[in-house]
Amino acid sequence: MTLTNKPLTKNIEIGRAPFNFAQYQAAGGYQSVARALTYKPRDLMKLVQDSGLGGRGGAGFNTGLKWSFIPEPDGGPRYLVVNADEMEPGTFKDRLLMEHDPHLLIEGMITASIALQATMAYIFLRGEYKEAEHALLQAIKEAYAAGVLGKNIQGSTFSLDMALHTSAGRYICGEETALINALEGKRANPRFKPPFPQVSGLWGRPTLVNNVETICNIPGIVTNGVEWFKGLGINGQFGTRISGVSGRVKKPGCWEMPVGTTFRTLFEDYAGGMQDGYQLKAFLPGGGSTDFLMPEHLDLPMIPGDVAKAGSRLGTSLIMVLDDKTCPVGCIHNLIKFFAHESCGWCTPCRDGLPWSEHMLVKLENGEGSLKDIEILKEMCGYMAPGNTFCALAPGAAEPLQSGLKYFHDEFVEHVNHGCKYKQH
Amino acid sequence: MSNLIASTAPKARQLTHEEIHDIEHEKTHYPYAQAVGLEALKIVQKYQGWVSDESLLAVAEYLKLPPDELEGVATFFNMIFRRPVGKHVILLCDSVACWMLGCDNLKAHISSKLGIDYGQTTADNQFTLIPVPCLGDCDKAPTMMVGDKTYRNLTPARIDAILAECKAHG
Amino acid sequence: MAKITVDGKVFEVDPNNNLLQELLSHKQDLPYFCWHPSMGSVGSCRQCAVIEYANDDDQRGRQVMACMTSPREGARYSMDKAHQFRAQAIESIMTSHPHDCPVCEEGGECHLQDMTVMSGHTYRRYDGKKSTHNNQNLGPFIGHEMNRCITCYRCVRYYKDYAGGTDFSVQASHNHTYFGRFQDGSLESEFSGNLAEVCPTGVFTDKVFSKVYSRKWDLQSSPSVCAACGVGCNINPGERYGTLRRVVNRFNDEVNGYFLCDKGRFGTGYVNSAQRISVNMSRSAHDARPSEITPVDAKAKLLAMKGNAIGIGSPRASLEANYALRALVGKDNFYAGVSDVEFGLLNQVIDIYQNRPVHIASIKDIEKCDAILVLGEDVTNTAARIALALRQSVKNIGKEMAARIKLPMWQDAAIRTLAMDKKSPLYILSSHATRLDDIARQVHIGSAADSARIAFAVAHVLDSSAPAVTGLSDAEMALVNSIATDLKAAKHPLVVSGTSSLEPALLNAAANIATALGNGDQRGNLALCVPEANSLGLMLLMDGSQNSLGKAMQSGARQAIVLENDLYRRAPSATVDSFLSGLQQLAVLDHLQHRTGEAANLVLASGTFAETTGTFVNYEGRAQHFYATFKPVAAIQSSAKWLCDSEFGNEPRIHILTGGAAAILPNGYKLQKLTPGADWTFAGQRAPRQHHRYSGRTVMRAHLNVHEPKQEQDEDGLMNYSMEGVPATKDATIFNSPWAPGWNSNQSLFKFQKSAGGELKQGSHGERLFDENTGAKAWYAAVVQQAAISGFAQFPIYHLFGSEELTAQSEAIQAKATGAYVALNPADVARLGLGASDGVQVQHNGAVPYLARASITPGTVGISVGLHGLNYQNMTTAGVSLNKAANWQNPKDWRASNIIVSDAGSSSAYGRGTQG
Ligand SMILES: Cc1cc2nc3c(=O)[nH]c(=O)nc-3n(C[C@H](O)[C@H](O)[C@H](O)COP(=O)(O)O)c2cc1C
Ligand code: SF4
Ligand code: FES
Repeated sequence: MTLTNKPLTKNIEIGRAPFNFAQYQAAGGYQSVARALTYKPRDLMKLVQDSGLGGRGGAGFNTGLKWSFIPEPDGGPRYLVVNADEMEPGTFKDRLLMEHDPHLLIEGMITASIALQATMAYIFLRGEYKEAEHALLQAIKEAYAAGVLGKNIQGSTFSLDMALHTSAGRYICGEETALINALEGKRANPRFKPPFPQVSGLWGRPTLVNNVETICNIPGIVTNGVEWFKGLGINGQFGTRISGVSGRVKKPGCWEMPVGTTFRTLFEDYAGGMQDGYQLKAFLPGGGSTDFLMPEHLDLPMIPGDVAKAGSRLGTSLIMVLDDKTCPVGCIHNLIKFFAHESCGWCTPCRDGLPWSEHMLVKLENGEGSLKDIEILKEMCGYMAPGNTFCALAPGAAEPLQSGLKYFHDEFVEHVNHGCKYKQH
Repeated sequence: MSNLIASTAPKARQLTHEEIHDIEHEKTHYPYAQAVGLEALKIVQKYQGWVSDESLLAVAEYLKLPPDELEGVATFFNMIFRRPVGKHVILLCDSVACWMLGCDNLKAHISSKLGIDYGQTTADNQFTLIPVPCLGDCDKAPTMMVGDKTYRNLTPARIDAILAECKAHG
Repeated sequence: MAKITVDGKVFEVDPNNNLLQELLSHKQDLPYFCWHPSMGSVGSCRQCAVIEYANDDDQRGRQVMACMTSPREGARYSMDKAHQFRAQAIESIMTSHPHDCPVCEEGGECHLQDMTVMSGHTYRRYDGKKSTHNNQNLGPFIGHEMNRCITCYRCVRYYKDYAGGTDFSVQASHNHTYFGRFQDGSLESEFSGNLAEVCPTGVFTDKVFSKVYSRKWDLQSSPSVCAACGVGCNINPGERYGTLRRVVNRFNDEVNGYFLCDKGRFGTGYVNSAQRISVNMSRSAHDARPSEITPVDAKAKLLAMKGNAIGIGSPRASLEANYALRALVGKDNFYAGVSDVEFGLLNQVIDIYQNRPVHIASIKDIEKCDAILVLGEDVTNTAARIALALRQSVKNIGKEMAARIKLPMWQDAAIRTLAMDKKSPLYILSSHATRLDDIARQVHIGSAADSARIAFAVAHVLDSSAPAVTGLSDAEMALVNSIATDLKAAKHPLVVSGTSSLEPALLNAAANIATALGNGDQRGNLALCVPEANSLGLMLLMDGSQNSLGKAMQSGARQAIVLENDLYRRAPSATVDSFLSGLQQLAVLDHLQHRTGEAANLVLASGTFAETTGTFVNYEGRAQHFYATFKPVAAIQSSAKWLCDSEFGNEPRIHILTGGAAAILPNGYKLQKLTPGADWTFAGQRAPRQHHRYSGRTVMRAHLNVHEPKQEQDEDGLMNYSMEGVPATKDATIFNSPWAPGWNSNQSLFKFQKSAGGELKQGSHGERLFDENTGAKAWYAAVVQQAAISGFAQFPIYHLFGSEELTAQSEAIQAKATGAYVALNPADVARLGLGASDGVQVQHNGAVPYLARASITPGTVGISVGLHGLNYQNMTTAGVSLNKAANWQNPKDWRASNIIVSDAGSSSAYGRGTQG
């Protein structure tokens, strides 16, 4: 049997109902659970570490290594939490996975829990994802019925419970420590690290938070092995990931592709390039909290390091395309307004710096701005820089702003003198 | 009970059997009552449409949480409605992908059709319009949710049809 | 210790502490908001930014928050290089600030003003709208002006996390974040007043002060000690135009630290009361009308009683006043002005402290304790500051857990998460539910005698040579064993008890447990609460004399001088009546009129704590000196001065009297250390009570007289009633209100502490008079007298707001108090046939409203102490019969909703439970 090269989406067929437990199992599902039970937990962590799998939640940190910081079990509860909050503007990959193949996530969670010796696994799901909620609830029920969840899974000594938590709409809940607070029923302010969640997370107990897509990679790695996984990538990268395009392209969407694929392949081959009559002006490479890249960056492979060298972040690797008929200032205003509203209110630069920035962008858009406002906006980017704030929300918010001020400086100045020319026609 | 507490102060209402049933189910998932607070508010909202002071107090009393604490949580989350809403809550995505594809026009369209701005409810209590951040359907922008349903690739004409359907189905 | 370099300067710092606190300890001007020395760091305000350099080659460094940084040995930091960021942070904080400093109560002592100036933000660039909030009515104590909020989260961290309040929270988010209550309403925490000091700006202000507002620099103030209970918190009262305007905390590392209770802060209104005795009166016969007399005549009449009169001292008067009375009437004629039961109990406290191998726990000690037994004392109502300390003690388990994962102790939020609902063990044995029940591992409701038996048994389990108790039930034995196990396992076990239950066996049992907990060098911690500011001082002046009040009343004396005392609060009304009617001459010295005073032939207007200088001895035997804040009108003098016989000279320096008392008290020589000495000057000058920026002095009386009057003289000593002199705020021994260059708010305190948050440079105020007894273990017999009773077994219920005589006459306190009542189990309510609006006729006493409380044992009745409408002294110990009152109507001062209880069975679980 040839192994799949689309481990994340092989079961997905838009328009058909997701596989139920039996169908999923028949398609080769749940093999990783039995296999994982034969491993020593630390070896399983090592296996995932060796696969080179990096977190798909945005930061890209080696997943197995992140796991390995969890202390040895002490008899008390330990948690795996899947981050399914997906609220990053322009990001729509976890939704696809959960709506269309919920068992893949559940299998990944069970297998990861075996490695972590977790006693309870939560899915922290964005409240608006109703279809995903129904699919996951059904799949969890089936998994319990089939004995892959609950007491003594598959006759082993390992037991695991799983529950779905639906959130109530706050972008900050995606930040893993804020997510933990939200799951505890508290206000979702982030927590200071250290202590890291692995040591003191949910209810002060060892906890791992991973992205949906990250966890969906686990079954394949454990079932098919490290070498197979490594072979899936190109340009020196391992595995596959889901990338996508939104904006005025011919075929917006998202697709599983080898890690290391270039932006151009994604943009031209998968998304079919720009719609007729539109030119590519710039793009946000991985969500609303990444710096703009320009058309000359299209040939970069989608690798965190390469994207960083170009002055941005790969983030969620779902790109948003800014066309020549859309106002970049307005686009940035839209993003900053979002971030200002989603600020949790904990730390000063974010809570008070973003609304001020928003105010100046409104003025510019209305033709009421000044050159001084542009200067202050630049200052604001430094003010909200990494390290200055409590979590990465505000620095993320500053990214499109700072790169926008760099690439579209003339258009900002034009706004001072003439207001927004795009609105005028 | 005597005087000093103003007579206008809200009092906890009685939770319904369905609400209690659902809250009890959620409690099985968490080791601490506080963790159920937000879930319980959502349950109440599911049945009542919004979270009144009386509902919030009821949840607080049921879970033995200080109402002040619960209010802190309730007012933190965007999707807990602490004011009455219409029968159909329209969540119109106003994030960047939808914005690029013209959600401002859709907003203007809905506003003129229903006579309500963001945060408002129609006089007949049928619709409330609220902006929502990126619904994670950017490849099918512009999008919105009405109730539990997501609508994609919207145009003014499609919105008219959706609103008409909502009205028809009460 | 670690060596670090900050902007080229080398500092020795503690690597286990955070960098901010360490830099403040080195008196560096590093701005901050969210950090607080008692509450640790959370890193939200971003005001304390510094640059940290990775190594010597690193030129860029990275910005970190000093409060969230552990200083590394050899590391290099810069405060200067982060200056611009700190200015930005202020600038953005101020975007929504109303800039209403002229009308803000915080003006002139505002941490936000200081930090704004310090960070150099003076020019406003933001030109948008400000976000605005609605304010709430938070009750009689605390004002609310949310628009001034800078979202530092200190209030909610203090109120909820530190003080355990549940009716206050942070709401909404982003730049609409709001701090307040679910609905308008009086704050329930007994420690709400600290919000006014914790808030770095003018959101939470002292409402009482706001009504009679004055700028900080226009307040004349002095180092003082709270007169409202036996804890002895250090305070800093402020006066303007002859009225006491406010009380703020005066830091004492070993006692109150940074916090006061609301009784102490808001209970001084009586000083300004219209009911003050402000003239001296005399009358020739009982039925004659009293007439005003001059101070000279008043004093002459008083001194004329010498040789014929007995003296009755007071636990709320200074050591000096009591001593002066004792000297005037002679030792044998000096009687203790406390009830006979209390007389015995206080003597017993002294006996325990002097003769048992226990460690008398200061509040600082209490906060370190990690297993606690609270024995028959409702500390929230009788010694409130100790209750706040106990809320800290139970958090020690979290610190222990944090240490295990090497989490620094300043990581406040992380430690709370780690501990979740785990608390260090605290047990409460009480006759009713108390406000500390929420943090207790187990609460046992029973009579004081029951509690004592359980406690004796605990001592026996801990040390089998301690006397045993028989006849305990299995459930009681299980409780005994868990208390003993937890106390034994603790590093710092503590027993808290006191006199308020009026049960001697409780004190003995507490002493036995503390004794049993001792091993070698470590003695068990014991804190015994006493009722009043100078209860122990008075009893120590008795010097073993058995002159109780009962004896005084039987002495047959025809003349008596009563010092600051209403005897009707000390003995049954009938006994007092007959004593007073047997007197030919009765002199009463006091501040406010009362029943005893009404019977006097001679009434002398005596100064309150705010107008006099003297010494109090608190529950731990700590003598503390307080200085008069202002001079009262001419007719009012301190009791000490009234009573001073001419042999001390007519204008005595208070020190002469202190010296007299010192000769009697154990370790009395230590009293001399309380002040720098009668003739102290610094650079040839005394210390001023007024700030150097005190304004308007020369025009204060301009509408009456164009001549500026001579400044008042303080013949008692070291401080001037003026701005002349050297402020003793630096390294001087008299520490008034803190104020340092650039730091105009109370946050300036760190400049005067050895290390930020630690002891003052000149040490902790006060001298402990009891030597630690290092003798062998000795036991009190486990004798518990269970009186045979008929009717209901009564127990006292105290109220922080209302039970204390003087504070009860302050307007703000009255708004939170209630009139007298009894509390009954609902079953007894039914048995007595009481309807919702019925009253209860109490045997030997009046009729009062009742409160049904599920946690009260059937057959027992709680009787309010000190509240208007009942005299607890009329109760006999043998039980009381209760009946439905005829033609009952609840009195106007009955305000059940002011009674905050935490009965598990109450209608609400959040301390909002009011029934009745
Ligand atoms: C403001 C903010 C929002 C975030 N939102 C998400 C999110 O919606 N989903 C997600 O998986 N990670 C999100 N993250 C990243 C998480 O904090 C975390 O890094 C991630 O869940 C870890 O999973 P991974 O290691 O599998 O990538 C967010 C981070 C920040 C700072
Ligand atoms: S940067 Fe600060 S205010 Fe913004 S979301 Fe993070 S913690 Fe909250
Ligand atoms: S004091 Fe350090 S961040 Fe507030």
